[in-house]
Amino acid sequence: MPKITIDGQELTVTAGLTVIQAAEMAGIYIPRYCYHPGLSIAGSCRMCLVEVEGMPVLQIACNTRVQEGMKVTTGSDRVKIARQGMLEFLLSNHPLDCPVCDQSGECDLQNFYMEHGRYQSKFLENKIKKKKAFPIGPHVLLDQERCILCTRCSRFTEEVSKSNELGVFNRGNRSVIDLYPGKQLDNPYSGNVIDICPVGALTEKEFRFQCRVWYLATQDSICHGCARGCNISLHYNGTRRAYKAQGRRVMRIKPRYNPAVNQWWICDQGRFDFKFHDLDRIEAPAVRKGADLEAGSWNEALDRAAGLMESAIAAHGPASVGVILSPRMSTEELIYAHALFVKGLGLQQVAFRNPWEAPGPEDDLLMKADRNPNSWTAERLGFAADVGNLLKQAASGAIKVLFLVRHDLAEPEALEQLSQAAAVIYLGTNWNDAARLAQVVLAGATHAEKCGTFVNFEGRAQRFQQALLPLEESRDDLEILVGLAERLKVSLPDSPEFALSTWLGVNPEDLGSEGTIVAEALQA
Amino acid sequence: MPIVKNISEFFGVEEARNVKWRLQHGGYSGARKALAMEPAQVIDEVLRSNLRGLGGAGFPTGRKWTFVPKDTDKPKYLAVNADEAEPGTFKDRYILEWDPHRLIEGVIICSWAVGIHTAYIYIRGEYVRPYERIQAAVDEAYAEGILGPKVLGSDFKLDLYVHRGAGAYICGEETGLLESLEGKKGWPRLKPPFPAVVGLFGCPTVINNVETLSHLPNIILKGAQWFADLGVERNGGTRLYALSGCVNRPGVYELPMGATLRELIYEHGGGILGGRRLKAIIPGGTSAAVLSADQVDLPMTFDAMAKARTMAGSGAVIVMDESVCMVKALHNIEHFFAHESCGQCTPCREGTGWVYRILSRIVEGGGTLSDLATLKHLASNMGGTSICALCEGAAAPVRSFLEKFPEEFEYYVTHKRSMVEDQRGAVRV
Repeated sequence: MPKITIDGQELTVTAGLTVIQAAEMAGIYIPRYCYHPGLSIAGSCRMCLVEVEGMPVLQIACNTRVQEGMKVTTGSDRVKIARQGMLEFLLSNHPLDCPVCDQSGECDLQNFYMEHGRYQSKFLENKIKKKKAFPIGPHVLLDQERCILCTRCSRFTEEVSKSNELGVFNRGNRSVIDLYPGKQLDNPYSGNVIDICPVGALTEKEFRFQCRVWYLATQDSICHGCARGCNISLHYNGTRRAYKAQGRRVMRIKPRYNPAVNQWWICDQGRFDFKFHDLDRIEAPAVRKGADLEAGSWNEALDRAAGLMESAIAAHGPASVGVILSPRMSTEELIYAHALFVKGLGLQQVAFRNPWEAPGPEDDLLMKADRNPNSWTAERLGFAADVGNLLKQAASGAIKVLFLVRHDLAEPEALEQLSQAAAVIYLGTNWNDAARLAQVVLAGATHAEKCGTFVNFEGRAQRFQQALLPLEESRDDLEILVGLAERLKVSLPDSPEFALSTWLGVNPEDLGSEGTIVAEALQA
Repeated sequence: MPIVKNISEFFGVEEARNVKWRLQHGGYSGARKALAMEPAQVIDEVLRSNLRGLGGAGFPTGRKWTFVPKDTDKPKYLAVNADEAEPGTFKDRYILEWDPHRLIEGVIICSWAVGIHTAYIYIRGEYVRPYERIQAAVDEAYAEGILGPKVLGSDFKLDLYVHRGAGAYICGEETGLLESLEGKKGWPRLKPPFPAVVGLFGCPTVINNVETLSHLPNIILKGAQWFADLGVERNGGTRLYALSGCVNRPGVYELPMGATLRELIYEHGGGILGGRRLKAIIPGGTSAAVLSADQVDLPMTFDAMAKARTMAGSGAVIVMDESVCMVKALHNIEHFFAHESCGQCTPCREGTGWVYRILSRIVEGGGTLSDLATLKHLASNMGGTSICALCEGAAAPVRSFLEKFPEEFEYYVTHKRSMVEDQRGAVRV
């Protein structure tokens, strides 16, 4: 454990660390472009040059391993001049695109210039022209002029996605990042190069010109796309509804660092699935009057839904009500649903897994075949019925009321059976064919609009936080279930926090930034 | 000092390329003697000879060999640097074309000393005839049992391959060479780790210049003391100087270490063309800082040149007389560096291009005094900040030309024309 000094601070650090990593432990951020903890060391940007006592020439902090007794200075005049010099070189051919560049506001050229640059430009030549703003894949645009050749993107496609699409071509200041001939940047993790690009050379097509980043607020969340439960950050325009971007609030999704789950990365499927928070939403509860579904009040909708279930149970017994829950519901919602339907109403016909749902691709990086974030919870709460069976019974009339949560059941066979059901109550967030068949539609909130817990495939409980208020009249599922329970005279857990801690054995606020592995559920 | 016919003994002798003739004229006798010595003895001999790397860096050869770990189960490699691309340098070419077997003999001696069984000659792609000649010599050596499983009849196994480059100066940088040899883009590696420990294919590798290796046969045959005595303290033996520029007899001259620029230029090079006045000398390839005429009595040794704040480098001596416009000469030099920069690191990629474009603007009459300050500022930021020495090699001419010939630059930016042209009406460069 060598002892070193950085800027006068004495530290004892693990052997093998580099100066740039040791400095971060001391709270000192050394500016850098090419260094990224998730990629190999390139040492090419030369921005992290520091003074090491005893060495005549400045050393790059990212490739200098700590030695016992090493003395490092990161703020001397020599270092400051070198940093200014490197910035000056990088900015010499860099196009003056800030007014039209998406990266503006989160650009490391801007940030480091404001912190370490502040020189008068001496560049009087014509800047070198390269290819601008062209798509290199379904999601990513490349602007070769803006590129500072840090090679993070090409190293990412070599080392992380292992798809080898990007390389550096030509020599000297004619160097460009480009696709290898015949390739497209279409690997399942292509969006990550947008995050790691320090400048606006690689940008997101979905986000292009949609919103300036200083209008964005962020909130911690968990991706709901598969059982991995990658940690994400929702970036939303919460302060105003832009007249463009279709008035959407959620603007983009970025990964959050979690060394135990997803490191620094997320897959494209999770990254680009965010428009549903704002488009095609069920914005208010609806009740069928005659042939049509009409918007109604919450009281109306809850009364009608509770009434349907109550009368079916009274006339035909609990076997006449079927419930199809969803492994996209949070743990708290599933516990409440269990308390309402299974314990409260005594229903046996409660299912959760859509048998027609095609499994997603699975690889050894992040993606899991199970396209749901909370199957772990649903499995352990014992919702054992079979969806196919429930639908058959609904079509035949054995089940009089089918309570459907979130599934779209778009398969023709399923939809056909659903259409023959006597009564469907749909609880969900977006309009789909199943919702349009319902007698009552209960407008739920997406996971951006509430907080809760998902438990991933390895039993890791992770918290997602509320970013936005539910859109229009929609409501948190828990509120809806409480409303139903009141009318059905069923008692539910005192609070979602209590429900979670009783069932998982851990308080939500103790889950920590990496989530917590729970060995098993305690009790249902 | 007179010419020494040490490694240049057979320059101009056509038969020397033929292995049978060469064997009859001392060929491979140094290697035979080395194979009868302990490897450690061979290294010791080379250390005591004060042989220093003649590709440009001047690092003591024996000492470099000692950096290779003794106890390693990885195969060790030798890479012969025949990239010879430093502007003004053409001496390795002579060895490859006139006496290729001397180089192969040196390869055997080095490989035996360090424990290497696979060696590569990396030769620049532009050298077609030299490639044909060295390849023919290697083929002959295999046929004679000089290379292969039983080198010169001993139990030592050595394979030698010739690999052609494809036109990049940066592949003469030792780690750029390794990358290219591995089939990748010639981007130099970060050091540490050094090639002696982590080199070709991640294994310990010695990289030596063609000429450096070519000195080994005679060092072994005639002894370290003989070689050291030919030269000066800490810099033994002779070296091939490639003389070019405004001289009557440009060419390759083998002189002992300690010979001066004056001796090379006037005694052997026939003096300045047209009897004109000497103005400037680049002593070691264009990466070396330029010297003014009053420094002509400097000995062309690594230490003396370093003391004069330049370098002996590759031994390429470029002579410029009073008819050469120093501004245009620098412009020409920086064009080379801007073109050859690999582009991997920031100061070199952007700096060389920027410097070149300022000089282009000056040469076309669009320069100002502040441009000269900018050039100095850029050269200062290019020194000591890059991955490899190309950047410093590009910065040194800028620094030294501006320091030694400020009046020519100031004249050009104020009058928008070359001072030399205005004075003499004719331009050399």
